[in-house]
Amino acid sequence: MRRVCLSLLTLLLLLVPLATAQADDKQRIQAAVLRVDHERPLPLSRLDLPTDDLGFAGGRLATADNQTTGRFMNQEFELVEVTASPDQAVATLEDLIGQGIGFIVILADGATTLVLADAAGDRALLINAGSPDDRLRNEDCRANLLHTGPSRAMLADALAQFLVWKRWGDWLLVEGSHQGDQLMAEAYRRAAKRFGADIVEELVFEDTGGARRTDSGHVLVQKQIPVFTQDADDHEVVVVADESEIFGGYLPYQTWEPRPVAGSAGLRPLSWHAAQEAWGATQLQRRFERQAGRLMRPLDFQVWMALRTLGEAATRTRSADFATLRDFILGPEFELAAFKGQKLTYRPWNGQLRQPVLLVSDRLLVSVSPQQEFLHQVSRLDTLGYDEPESACDISR
Amino acid sequence: MRHGSRLVSLAVGIAALGWVLPAQAYTLYVTNEKDNTVTVIDSETLEVTATFDAGQRPRGITISPDGKELYVCASDDDTVRVFDTATLKQTHTLPSGPDPELFILHPSGNPLYIANEDDNLVTVVDVETRQVLAEIPVGVEPEGMGVSPDGRIVVNTSETTNMAHFIDTETFEIVDNVLVDQRPRYAQYTADGSKLYVSSEIGGTVSVIDPAGPEIVKKITFEVPGIVPEALQPVGVAVTSDGSKVFVALGPSNRVAVIDGETDEVIKYLLVGQRVWQLGFTPDEKYLFTTNGNSNDVSVIDVEAVKVIKSIPVGQQPWGVVSSPN
Repeated sequence: MRRVCLSLLTLLLLLVPLATAQADDKQRIQAAVLRVDHERPLPLSRLDLPTDDLGFAGGRLATADNQTTGRFMNQEFELVEVTASPDQAVATLEDLIGQGIGFIVILADGATTLVLADAAGDRALLINAGSPDDRLRNEDCRANLLHTGPSRAMLADALAQFLVWKRWGDWLLVEGSHQGDQLMAEAYRRAAKRFGADIVEELVFEDTGGARRTDSGHVLVQKQIPVFTQDADDHEVVVVADESEIFGGYLPYQTWEPRPVAGSAGLRPLSWHAAQEAWGATQLQRRFERQAGRLMRPLDFQVWMALRTLGEAATRTRSADFATLRDFILGPEFELAAFKGQKLTYRPWNGQLRQPVLLVSDRLLVSVSPQQEFLHQVSRLDTLGYDEPESACDISR
Repeated sequence: MRHGSRLVSLAVGIAALGWVLPAQAYTLYVTNEKDNTVTVIDSETLEVTATFDAGQRPRGITISPDGKELYVCASDDDTVRVFDTATLKQTHTLPSGPDPELFILHPSGNPLYIANEDDNLVTVVDVETRQVLAEIPVGVEPEGMGVSPDGRIVVNTSETTNMAHFIDTETFEIVDNVLVDQRPRYAQYTADGSKLYVSSEIGGTVSVIDPAGPEIVKKITFEVPGIVPEALQPVGVAVTSDGSKVFVALGPSNRVAVIDGETDEVIKYLLVGQRVWQLGFTPDEKYLFTTNGNSNDVSVIDVEAVKVIKSIPVGQQPWGVVSSPN
């Protein structure tokens, strides 16, 4: 199950002649990425097929970046990559903690993430890079749990700000029938209310099962989707909440009325996209592609941010001590540059990384939220997601 | 008699004009990142005199001490293009490694030190033999390049490692590293070599470094009423040769900060064009030119009066600027 990253070993070999200090007085900083894999149906498009190294590849790049800096700081970064099934997750986590690894990036669903955080207690700092569940940032927040990916509320608010800026205020909301879809739809309802849009009608697309892709399946889709969206009240945009990827991709160009589609298809709010080139991001994209042999996905970026968080703390504190690093990350001095045009910081009230959210079409960056017109007394980034006064998180650190 | 007095008054008029206008006209070169061109500006008339093609995505730009050769980082061509300033024609290219963005010429005119963001390297190129002399491993995403006035130290800033690396120009070895704030973009020595200014775009600060340590002696922060702090992003830095004034381009805040070089305190903010990026003096330091990437113009600052006196439209997304030495 466990495999120490090979590319890291290769990297270390390359770095040996460059090292200026003796190996024995180096600070060693260990971290792990624990990915809990679930059975998932295949995506609608074969372009979105999952890859074995999803998330791990972002961790490898962050570790290589940390290692380059570590060369000048006399620090050495090590990464352990582990996959587990949901019923083995806690045992795997215990094994990692038993090895003395204090920083563990979690790629799992919300429920599993919560179980792992409670199992770890104060022995480890967990960084959630996978689950967008708002409850992990609200009533189910934990003092030992940070979040690098945007929550559903942050994603919905990011899209809503843009749609309202466009004066596309009348939405047809189409949601899937799975739990994640419904939570995402709820986030869009909240966003519509916050930013002054109207959801004129809601439709639910029931998942009746069956094969995801069939040869010539488009023939049926072309007949089904227009009828499905027929007779909806007048709307300016179709907002789709289909986290499970059952039908969202079918909506663009197939709706009854000629309307743009946004949300899970069309214009998507994402933490990352391979087309993003602003703020020097091309450099990160190229580094990733050269290393992984594929394009960078949001989960890769979210793991990259998690492990760069650790690297940044180690550089600034010049320490490998768990408590020193954890306290710095949770403290007011921490800041991270992550190709989003401004520094990213963790919200002290719930451990969420503040960040701009990309709005992307299939091939290009369209806009970045927060939109300039939405003001905030502290940080415009706090117009996305649950702000401090709204937070149901009650943690004392 | 009347005829003669008119002649005299005309002569006095010309003399007065001559006193007001600069004695020498320089030529400014501005890279236009999106247009793939360089705009040529006359510093006396402040008018555009020519525009020429400069390769794919021209960014960093510098000029030889004799003013004859213009060097342009053509980032998407993965090369440095060299132009003859007399003809504005390309004469040759220099090997640069992939995606060159910024570079600096040794005070003697050779070699050229190029930041290669993709490879975490500083590439040293002999501009005469056109050979790579060295590749120096630095931090993640090397960007800013500065050189000490005596030419002994080249400073490179790495944007993700957040350090200023001090490189010995004799041995090509890193001799010191100074940790600065997030995303360091530019490094500029004072003419006497006593101070080094390093701008941190995302950190929002300029570190004042004593190169003798080297150590940070002060961090300059910025504050403009009505501008959100995250828009105050220091990028280009220029220092007058007497060290009395430091100018810092503040990116999307559309401001250039003017800093007292004695106290290193901000004394004024000048409103320039949108997303101000790099800065370039005329050699007499009468004018400072700023490249404004999102308004497609350069602002001209009267250095003595500390005032913006003109905006000159150039190509799309102006990036770098350099003046002829004579």
